[in-house]
This record gives sequence, C-alpha cells and structure tokens, in this order.
Amino acid sequence: MKQLLIVLFSALVTAPVLAQHQGHGAEEPPPEAAQLKADPHAGHDMSGMQQLAEPEAEAPPPPAAFSGPAHAADTLFDPQVMAEAREHLRAEQGGVISSLFLVDRFEAHYGDGEEVYLWDVQGWYGSDINRLWFKTEGEGVLDDDLESAQIQVLYSRAITPFYNAQAGVRYDVSPDPERSHLVLGLQGLVPYAFEVDAAAFLSDEGDLTGRIEGEFDLQITQRVILQPRLELNVSAQEIPELETGSGFSSVEAGLRLRYEIRREIAPYLGVGWERKLGKTGDFARAAEEDRGDWQFVLGIRSWF
Amino acid sequence: MTATFDRRQILRAALVAGAGLTFPGLLPAWARSGTLGLVPDMPTLSGEDIALTIGPSPFTVGGRTGEAITINGTVPAPLIRLREGQNVRIAVTNTLEEDTSIHWHGVLVPFQMDGVPGVSFPGIRPGETFVYEFPIVHAGTFWYHSHSGLQEQLGHYGPLIFDPADADPVGYDREHVVVLSDWSFMDPHAMLHKLKKEAGYFNFQRHTVAGLIGESGPEEQMSLADRWMWRNMRMDPTDIADITGSTYTYLMNGYGPQENWTGLFRPHERVRLRFINASAMTVFNVRIPGLPMTVVNADGNNVRPVETDEFQISVAETYDVIVEPTEDRAFTLVAESVDRSGMARGTLAPRLGMSAGVPPLRPRPTLGMDDMGMAMNHGSMSGKSYAGMSGMDSGEMDRGEMDMRDESLAPPDMKVGPGVDMIAMNPQYSAGKPGLGLENVEHRVLVYTDLAALEPNPDPRPPSRHVEIHLTGNMERFMWSFDGRKFSEIVEPIRFALNERVRVTLVNDTMMQHPIHLHGHFFEVLNGHAGHHPRKHTVNVLPGTKISFDLTADNPGDWAFHCHLLFHMHAGMFNVVTVRPLTGDLA
Repeated sequence: MKQLLIVLFSALVTAPVLAQHQGHGAEEPPPEAAQLKADPHAGHDMSGMQQLAEPEAEAPPPPAAFSGPAHAADTLFDPQVMAEAREHLRAEQGGVISSLFLVDRFEAHYGDGEEVYLWDVQGWYGSDINRLWFKTEGEGVLDDDLESAQIQVLYSRAITPFYNAQAGVRYDVSPDPERSHLVLGLQGLVPYAFEVDAAAFLSDEGDLTGRIEGEFDLQITQRVILQPRLELNVSAQEIPELETGSGFSSVEAGLRLRYEIRREIAPYLGVGWERKLGKTGDFARAAEEDRGDWQFVLGIRSWF
Repeated sequence: MTATFDRRQILRAALVAGAGLTFPGLLPAWARSGTLGLVPDMPTLSGEDIALTIGPSPFTVGGRTGEAITINGTVPAPLIRLREGQNVRIAVTNTLEEDTSIHWHGVLVPFQMDGVPGVSFPGIRPGETFVYEFPIVHAGTFWYHSHSGLQEQLGHYGPLIFDPADADPVGYDREHVVVLSDWSFMDPHAMLHKLKKEAGYFNFQRHTVAGLIGESGPEEQMSLADRWMWRNMRMDPTDIADITGSTYTYLMNGYGPQENWTGLFRPHERVRLRFINASAMTVFNVRIPGLPMTVVNADGNNVRPVETDEFQISVAETYDVIVEPTEDRAFTLVAESVDRSGMARGTLAPRLGMSAGVPPLRPRPTLGMDDMGMAMNHGSMSGKSYAGMSGMDSGEMDRGEMDMRDESLAPPDMKVGPGVDMIAMNPQYSAGKPGLGLENVEHRVLVYTDLAALEPNPDPRPPSRHVEIHLTGNMERFMWSFDGRKFSEIVEPIRFALNERVRVTLVNDTMMQHPIHLHGHFFEVLNGHAGHHPRKHTVNVLPGTKISFDLTADNPGDWAFHCHLLFHMHAGMFNVVTVRPLTGDLA
C-alpha cells in the first residue's frame, strides 16, 4: 500500500508537468500560408470572400516601426508621471487580485448515533495564476467535543486551464496526538466538470496518507442543484494511535440538494453515507464505535 | 459659441419638460422622452469651446436610485455636436475622488488627445482640468467614454455627432440619437470579482435536468449526449453573455424598458436613427417590427444604403439607419440583449403617449460546432447544428476534448498556458455570418458582407505584411488575452511603421464574441467589397471564427487596442499599438 501511495504522490508531482507537455509534439506550427491555404474556400458561401487575396506571409515589423521613442506620450508629458500611469494601466488590465471564501459544507448529520456537525471551508487570495489557498475541515458531536479539525495553508498555482497544483502544510488541531503534514495536491475540474481535490500528506511522524474528493453540480433548475460527492481516504501504513489501518481507510458519499437563494447563499438537505474500511474499520469495532452509517444532512453552502 | 449646461439648468429644464412625464434620472435634452429629434435649436454642446464636468450623480431607473459617474450630470452624457473642419477645445474637469479620462471613440485625433491613461496621457487627477484640443477631420456618429477603471459601466458615456463639411449624402428630415447601454446597481468591481470566483455567476439560462425531462422551450433542446459532450469539455453552451439581465437593466437613452423612451416623427418623414452601443458588456439585436431599416452608416462611415429588418450591434459599434414610417402609428424600438435575458425598448411615435406592442424575448441561442471553431467545411451556418456530434463514441469524444486545444495550431508567438482553454481548430471567416442567435430568424439580418463603403477606400495599396492576432481566454477562470498573454504580463506592443499597409487577421480562439477596437484609425474589414470595404473602428469577431482587416497605420503615436467588452479588457484583453516614427516636433 505504501508503494501505491508513493506512486500517487509522485503522480501528483509529475502530472502537471506531463499535462503541460501534452501537445508539444508538434513544435513547428504550420506556416501562416499553409494555414490559410488549408481553407481556400473559407466563406465560399459568404459572398465574395474568395477574392480575399492570399496575404503576404506574417513578417516582423519593418525597422521604421522600431524608431523613435519607446513611449510616444513621454515626449509630451512628464516621463516619470507617464511611467506611473503605464504601470497602473498594466496592473489593471489583467492583474486583478481577487479572493474567495467558500463554505462548501456547513452541516449537521442526523443518524442512529450522535448528532454530528461538520464544516468544510476553503478560500484563496491572489492572481489568476498564483494563489494562497487555505482549507479547513472538521467535525464534532453536537454539545460535545471536537472530534477532528485540520487546517491547510497552501501555495496554489494554475498549471493548466483547469488544474491547480498545490503545496503547503496541514496542521491537525484534533484528534490527539496533534500532527503536522506536508501537503502536495492537485485541484481542479476534470472532464465532465467534476470538481476534484486530490492530495497526499506526509506527517511529521513519517506517515503517508492521501485523500481524494470529487463533487459534481447537476443543474436541476436554474436555482436547484443536486451535488453528488465522494471522498476516499487512504493510508500507506497502519497508524495505531490514530486508529487508522493501512490501505483504504474510509469512504464518504453524499448527495446534497441545494437551493441557491442567491448564488452565494444556498441551504441544502441531503443524505450521507460513510464507512471505515479494512483495518480502520477493525479499529473502530474494537473501540466499540460505529464503522459508519447512513445519515440525514442539513446544511448551508455559502461564499463571498 | 458655447452651449453648456450644468446640473441646475438640467433640473430646471426637467421641471419644465418633465411635467407629467416619468423622469428616470437625469437625462440630457436630446435623450428626453418625447424628444422631437435633433432640431437645430435643441440644447446640445457645440462650438469651439466646450466644458465638461465629470462627477458622481444619482441615477434612477425602474424606481431605484444608484450612484452613477456622469459627465455634466446625466446618463448618458450630453450630445456633443461638431462640424467637420472646425477645431474644438474641450475642458474636462474631474470632480471625482479618483482619476478619470475621456476617450473620443472612433475619432481621429492626435495620440495625446485620445484619452487613454497610461497610453496617450497620464489621465485626469481629482480636481484637475484637462483640455483636449483637436481638429475635426471627418464626419459621422461616434461616442465618448471613460477609459479609466470600470467607470464606463457607471454611466460615463455619451454621443458625438460630427456633421460633414459639405452636404450630407444621407438625406433626412429628422434624426434621433439612440444610445444603448447596460446599467447595474451592483458595483462593477464586485461584478468582476463575482466572475473571477464563479464565471457563470450571472447566467440563469443554463441547461437543466428539468428542461431535459419536462416540457421545455427551444432553449433546452439539446440531447443528453450533447450535454455530456459539453460537460466533457468543461464548457457551457449557454454561456452567451458574461453579464446578463439578472443584474442589468438595459437602457435606451438612459431609459429603462418600462419608461419607454419615445422619439417623435411625422408620417412620411425620413428619420435618421443613430444607434450607438455604449454598453459595457452587452451586444444587442436591434429591430423595429413593421419598419424596415436602411443602414447608411457604420462606425461613423457612410455605407451604400442597405435595407434590413434586424442588425446585431456589438459593443462600441454604431449604425445609422433611415426609417420612413408612413402610417400614423407607433413603432417599438427593440434592442434585445444577445443572450435574450432582457431588452432595451423605446418607441417611435407621431405623438407622445403612444406605444406599440413589445415582442417577447426570443429563446436564448445555444453555442454549436461553429462557435467551437470546429466548423465543418460545408457546415450549416445555423450554429445550432450538432450533426455528427451525438454520434461520437466516447473515444472520439476524448479525442475531441484534446483537439479543442491543439497547441500545434497556435502561432509560435502565442503563449499556450492556463489562460488559454481552447484553440480554434478550423476557424472560418465570419464576415458573412449573422450575429450569434440570428442564424434562423425569418427576416433579413444585417451581416458585415452587406456593408460596402460609399466612398472608395482611400488607400488602394495591397498590404505588405500580415499580422495574425489570436483572441484567447479561459472562460472558467475569467482570463482574457491576446495571443495568450494578458496585458498585465508585460507584452510586446503591436508595432507598425508609419503609413505601413498591413493585413490583420483576428482569430477567435474562444467561445465568446469579442468586439475588437483599434484607437486612432479606421480599418477596412475584408468582406468581399474590394475597394469599398467598410471602414470601421470596432469589429466583432464571432466565437471560433476569424475576421481580417487591412489597415493603413497613418496616425503616429501609441494607441490602445482591445476587446471592448469592458470586463474582458479589464481581465487582460488589451495591448498597445505603436505607429512610428512620430512626426513633426515629436520625431
């Protein structure tokens, strides 16, 4: 299992690189002329486009185009003031810094056992490409102790149109014993618009674990959205102090139906099912705990 | 002679003229409902010295009041009417707490008068007055607007008319200016951030499961297989407009659709309507049910008269049309947003208080193969043909997804990074293609190939060089760029030599349309009318297609070149065109 996790870990590292190199096979793009010839009848039914003469090949500007001052306005206005205005313009057209605070799940679980609350929150701050990303999730028993809580702080970089590579740290506030982890992950939209978040965690005890989450928005009406969700946790080794066995340790599935009062505020209800698997399940049984069950879920999704 | 008016005068005029009328915010005289048209004694700004004041003003529409950024207190701003051959000095005073500017859209001015902060001049600081001074060297319908921040979205725009020095080849008895725009009570920066967080934030016309299984209109007519194919591509075929009627009120001369701006006519008059799309983000379909329109001018340049029933006017374009109503009845001016999420509406009537039926919004168009840049060689022009797509097996679909972004199709100078989610596989020239969603209407629709310049094109030289520019973007991340590089990434300017004759091809590698605007020049859109190509300042490039134009770079200096969808420009679809050497004292 450890090997499998290591493979996953290295796959996460190399996937972006591979993705970036996809399609680099043809380094030589076809020359302009060939491209134009490829559709000589372009618009043949568009009245007269055929007379569009074959344009001259794409060529660099003539030397005269490089003559004179770099910035025309510097000849008439204070160059220092113009430099500031240029910098302002540059930053403004494309350099917008934005942020997101997303409460993806904030919910109560009602099942056979105790009533449990849960949060799953993330957010980012930064440019289109480089972002500081945080994620926190945790759960606890209503009117009782926190069962688990963790926070991740990550550097996120857009590496392809739909994927962000992420690296950083994770700190588990609870359960005891507290753990810190290095995190390496990939988050984005896979084909068919599944929102996927996959990460590998290396703890300060040397334990390697992984988690993959997937969500999918199915538009029922313009404001009602059905969201299936799946989460799978794996561990490369047994971690007795955390009652975790090696291999697949737990699976969570959910189906949430939300109503977007506004895009930013959407209460939901749904069902959840979770199961501790394999040795992790055995740990739970030994401790006379549930291995998992069906639950009714009530919560709110919100962002700003 | 100067004819300026300040806010107090407008209010006074409003009290007089507005008695018994609904009065939606502050409107300049020419835009007031029930206007008789632009008769000579109408208060407009003209003469050689004009004063404009930019400041915050309340703006009311649909019973709600927000804060606008206005020029002389009104939305739209006053009409500035000048004559070809004259000189003008326009003193612009900034009473805002932020920088501002005025760009004279489509007007041939010396570069330092073009009004783009950071390109032409430093901008106008709070409390400062900048004096624009330039000769009027051509005639036509134009407009002016801010080139600072997102002020244009807040009402900072107005019409410009330059009358020809000689007799106008377009004869008319009466004229109305029709400024179309989009207004939102949401702060424009907030809108941009919404789009960055959730690109489909404003789209409430998506495909739904309910529409698939239940009774549904044409908007939902897409098979499950095709829906999955779009999902596979992680694209939305219903993404026609980034910002929609969910937040916009569409305005005609500053009036909302209920407030019904009305322009008067007498039957049998030739009425010239000067349409200006001053929207930040909205492409409109314009028609006057029951009244054919003869297009006589596009982007300020006369064209051979061509009769049509509907035209799509992209952001920043202008069209002048002649209508000749013969009946003593009202006609509705319909300007429907391209995604059919709302309309600007007004009335042409012989008398005030009349109105005609308002047609319902037509179904939202759906993107198709052409819009993906995957047009079949003999593919239908409908844009709605999915022939051959439903039949794809999953293997082909996977391949299809890869081909959506085949890097080998990108020119060597294009950056294919996270900001490029698609590269058009087989982009077709689209000058002959009707606007998005107008492929199957049952009446005549104006296409670019219908436009032929009235005068022969001034420069008969063939282009000596070809420049291809790709319009690129990532819809999901709301990133927009030229050749894969946002302006913020420090891009090389597009360089032309003075008087160089260049052919520019714009290839749209995105599934949205982009009105591309070059400052300080007119270019000839290649549409088959050799020697009489229509001369434009803004050309709309349909999704997944391309357009070519020939340009004589005859205006030395630095010029903005950008997508005129305000939020696309602000997201990076902007560059500077340099024309060198400079001339005169500056050389």
